[in-house]
Amino acid sequence: MLFVLLVVVVLNFLMLHLAPGDIADTIAQTMGGADEQDMAELRQQYGLDQPFFIQLFNYVIRVALLDFGHSHFYNLPVFDLIMERFPATLLLVFSAQILSLFVGILLGVYAAQNPNGLSSLFVNMFSLFGYAAPVFWTGILLLIAFSLHIPIFPVSGMRDITIETDNFFVHFFDVLRHLFLPMITLASIFFAYYSRLCRASMLEVLGADFVRTAKAKGLSKKDVLLKHALKNSLSPVITFAGLSFSAVVSGAILVETVYSWPGLGTLAFNSIISRDTPVLLGILIFSTLMVTVGNLLTDLTLKALDPRIKI
Amino acid sequence: MEDLVSIKNLNIEARTRAGTLKVVNDLSFTIKKSETLCVVGESGCGKSVTALSLMSLLPEGILKVSSGDILFDNINLAQLSETELEGIRGNEISMIFQEPMTSLNPLFTVGEQVSEVIRRHKNLNKAKAWVNAVELLDAVKIPNPDKRAFDYPFQLSGGQRQRVMIAIALACQPKILIADEPTTALDVTIQAEILALINMLKHETGTAVMFITHDMAVVAQMADRVVVMHPGKKVEEGTVHEIFNNPQHEYTKSLLAAVPKLGEMASKKYPEPMRLVGEKKTKALKPIVGTNEPLLKVNNLVTRYPVKGGVLRRTVARVHAVEDVSFTIMKGKTLSLVGESGCGKSTVGRSLIRLVEPTSGDVNLDGQNILSLNQKDMREARSNIQMVFQDPFSSLNPQRPLFDQVAEPLRNYGMVKREVLQEKIGDLFDRVKLPRSFMQRYPHQLSGGQRQRIAIARALALNPKLIIADEAVSALDVSVQAQVLNLMMELQVDLGLSFLFISHDMAVVERVSHDVGVMYLGRLVEIGPRQAIFRNPQHPYTQDLLKAVPIADPDKRKSERDLNFKPLPSPIHDLTHDPVPSEYKEVAKNHYVLTTDCGY
Amino acid sequence: MLENEEIEEPTIKPVKEIFQTFFKSYSAVTGLVILIGIAVMGFIGPLFYPTDPFDMVWMPFSPPGADGFLLGTDYLGRDILSQIINGARVSIAIGFSAALVSCFIGVGIGSFAGFYGGWVEETLMRITEFFQVLPTLLFAMVIVALFGSSVLSITLAIGAVSWASVARITRSEFLRIKELDFVLASRSSGSNNMALIFRVILPNAAAPIIVQSALLVGAAITFEAGLAFLGLSDPNVISWGQVIGSNRVYILDATYTVTFPGIAIFITVLAISLVGDGLNDALNPKLRSR
Repeated sequence: MLFVLLVVVVLNFLMLHLAPGDIADTIAQTMGGADEQDMAELRQQYGLDQPFFIQLFNYVIRVALLDFGHSHFYNLPVFDLIMERFPATLLLVFSAQILSLFVGILLGVYAAQNPNGLSSLFVNMFSLFGYAAPVFWTGILLLIAFSLHIPIFPVSGMRDITIETDNFFVHFFDVLRHLFLPMITLASIFFAYYSRLCRASMLEVLGADFVRTAKAKGLSKKDVLLKHALKNSLSPVITFAGLSFSAVVSGAILVETVYSWPGLGTLAFNSIISRDTPVLLGILIFSTLMVTVGNLLTDLTLKALDPRIKI
Repeated sequence: MEDLVSIKNLNIEARTRAGTLKVVNDLSFTIKKSETLCVVGESGCGKSVTALSLMSLLPEGILKVSSGDILFDNINLAQLSETELEGIRGNEISMIFQEPMTSLNPLFTVGEQVSEVIRRHKNLNKAKAWVNAVELLDAVKIPNPDKRAFDYPFQLSGGQRQRVMIAIALACQPKILIADEPTTALDVTIQAEILALINMLKHETGTAVMFITHDMAVVAQMADRVVVMHPGKKVEEGTVHEIFNNPQHEYTKSLLAAVPKLGEMASKKYPEPMRLVGEKKTKALKPIVGTNEPLLKVNNLVTRYPVKGGVLRRTVARVHAVEDVSFTIMKGKTLSLVGESGCGKSTVGRSLIRLVEPTSGDVNLDGQNILSLNQKDMREARSNIQMVFQDPFSSLNPQRPLFDQVAEPLRNYGMVKREVLQEKIGDLFDRVKLPRSFMQRYPHQLSGGQRQRIAIARALALNPKLIIADEAVSALDVSVQAQVLNLMMELQVDLGLSFLFISHDMAVVERVSHDVGVMYLGRLVEIGPRQAIFRNPQHPYTQDLLKAVPIADPDKRKSERDLNFKPLPSPIHDLTHDPVPSEYKEVAKNHYVLTTDCGY
Repeated sequence: MLENEEIEEPTIKPVKEIFQTFFKSYSAVTGLVILIGIAVMGFIGPLFYPTDPFDMVWMPFSPPGADGFLLGTDYLGRDILSQIINGARVSIAIGFSAALVSCFIGVGIGSFAGFYGGWVEETLMRITEFFQVLPTLLFAMVIVALFGSSVLSITLAIGAVSWASVARITRSEFLRIKELDFVLASRSSGSNNMALIFRVILPNAAAPIIVQSALLVGAAITFEAGLAFLGLSDPNVISWGQVIGSNRVYILDATYTVTFPGIAIFITVLAISLVGDGLNDALNPKLRSR
């Protein structure tokens, strides 16, 4: 895990180095131009006159000390900026992931009972849709439908600032109301994947020898399905969910941009517009961290499911 | 005696893409209370399907009973509701399956899986069912059942898993136990134990047994009565003695002729081909004499694999797959290596042509030390030793036509000009008795036996001196197995080939070999002329192994007293383990027995 | 009685059989036809509908159907129909070439890792794992943001971040196949490592790799659209994503500016995945008779 983060940091540094122009140029751009003397000062300030490996070492140390640099656009330390936005993304990513897993598995199990039936057809159609529709487009369509034409959900943001109360539940439900559309949008792709995978995995497990044993024991259909088959078919779904974490984060960036959800995605979008590179790199490191933690959770879940897996 | 099961005019259809196919055709038989009925036949004869139909567990949408009745205890199973059937399954009719490795749910402890069936049918609470389950595990002779009950299936050996399956099947004292090839996937000593266990429990509980197998030797061990099936139909039925001593139907006769019987070669010094039904009686079966000129000398061969572990993937232990093995193969003769799975016999074969790199030792082929060759010379040397593998389905490349596969070695070595290649391959097809029209076919269009013939043709392409046949006939039906064995023996005579024949099947080994080596846990525990090994086994392991082999003769049943096998120790040792060298005593001419420790 | 089962079946090459199965599936053929149609539209459509997608031809936000513009005009008064016709070219080109790039990287890394094992596998799989953990879109954003947004850099960025799945599949297929007896047989009949990798194992591993690569084409098209939506597209060429991205601010006023290019992407990717499913069924050895 630490290894992955270290590689991201090094990669960040390499890309900065290989990119045309150096940090000073970039910063100068965001500041709206600078003269030669300012540039020289900036270069010295960032240690750009030092040898490559020293620069790399310094960069890694700085990142390890949570110093991601300074955002010249917001005029704030990048770390503070990210910490302020991080919880919103975390909320969106994990709620979408859990929702899509839950619904996906439910639908997959249901469809597997009748591999040629209507529910299977639905799962297959839906997964095609989830794969084919760009997530931001789905977001826009939902936004138009449920915020403009039938205005039941807010258009953007995470909170209604006009609410004047300290009641926790009022705020809680307010966030939930704002969360609903972005979460559904993001979950739509993944629950399409998960339901299809769960159906396939269930079908395979239902053909396994031990399911035949369970039937031969005289267990009822329900017990065979929910006790013996389901537990065995979860592993591939959970594994795939773990592998999908980085895709969920990528999707979240687009979804956040559509709904102006105040997370890392909108921050990334803004930093591209304002060419605020340190922020973008900081977000990359943070979201990698988020994915690694997600993977760790996946591994722990898998281990809890299957006694054969050792970590 | 009263009929427990009565199957009348049963027809079962399979739905395939090509249309419906009859897999069971007008089948009728009965099973009486407390008898053992063996249903025997080769793969695809419909025997397993019949068993599943008795459980009413035919896979939906694929197989269907199209007509006929199945009466169990005078109840027509077709008239019962699914709930009523669930009440019978596992309770009055229960079943064990072929693959103990996959028949248990990997995610539940064996205790849970045994007690589940008790709670389902006996209305006991969780604690009482658990106690009952532990008793059952004890009854099927699982050591430390109270502890083992908390194990997951992957922590048990194949034999133990099959015992757990038997415990589950017998938990509710069923009236009939259906055993579908329950020992096919198991080693011969474990097979003997499982068969004995089924027999013992049968006598204790009085349950009837429907035993499904392809193995005539197992039939001879187990059956009171026998039903012989050949594609979907019953061809013969009778008591076990009638079937073995006085078979009526041609198919039964040919089946029995194709089965090598342990002991039938005892009087013959040299191996000879089998006489198969349908061949001309006048055809002479000449013994295969061979020479006494050494071809391959193996001295002190050791092969160990590293076991990696930890974060840094360092070697933390070693698998001692082959430990200090020495033998010699004569020109034109066959040496067989026998032993149970994990004894290292296949690794010996692979080490000889360095598909696996041996750790140390000498392998001397016709004066050339193979283990000291560099990669280029090794490639040349490999043309002298070729291999034939076990699984006829994976030993051919599914993507290429047969011609290319047989031609591959010739092309690799650039031995034959393009113009003559066609003719040369044609000759090889003739040799293995396949029509030349097969050359442009693909492997999936061939049967198992035909595939194995192609594998042999490929091995012959380079005119090798030695062929390593690694379980080369184990996956084939007996009648096909007999033909492939005969082909190999004919080739041996015609081409003066030597064989290293690796097998777990003692009866086949007795049929084909001049010399036999018995392996246990990486060691060669005994080696010598075939007659000496089979008639006068000296090492305790060889003796036990021979005792375990069922004989295809109902008058030579094994009694349970004979069985006393030790569990196989692990071949994995830590890095400091330094095994003792193998030392042998010559008990008779060329007959050597291991005197040092081998773990048995 | 004995083995005289002469199999009376015409000799069909496996490849031919695959084509036959593929063309029997209605959905797969539909997908293929749509895909070819869209490609044709992108490459020779401009000849029949010569309006330049960059030209401001009319009033901004003219609704579809009005004033002779079938799909209306965008915020600068450019013809959306023309943008969609011309955008097909870039979207499809980027989709296929990016998938090709990831296929090359993935097959290379996966096959060597699976075949050689040991430290080679260890190192290569660590790299793969890393690319699996990296949030691909963000990484591609950083690449494009730093190295400029040209069609080439976008294609390479997409290709460089999406090969991990191909590598994983290739490796697991190699691990499975290299243990099969025919590989050992081929080795013992004198084939060297390169022949084993490319002529023996890879053809047998091709099926899932081809299916995955087909799906990658669709994924790359949506990926490009996503980047364009965030403003990271080549300003000199028109692509579907770019149309959505540039009109995104105005969705509340002119829904159709986003809807139509979205539909174009949706249909294209849908067609690709239908083809992918068809390939999967045709190539899956479980479904084919032995």
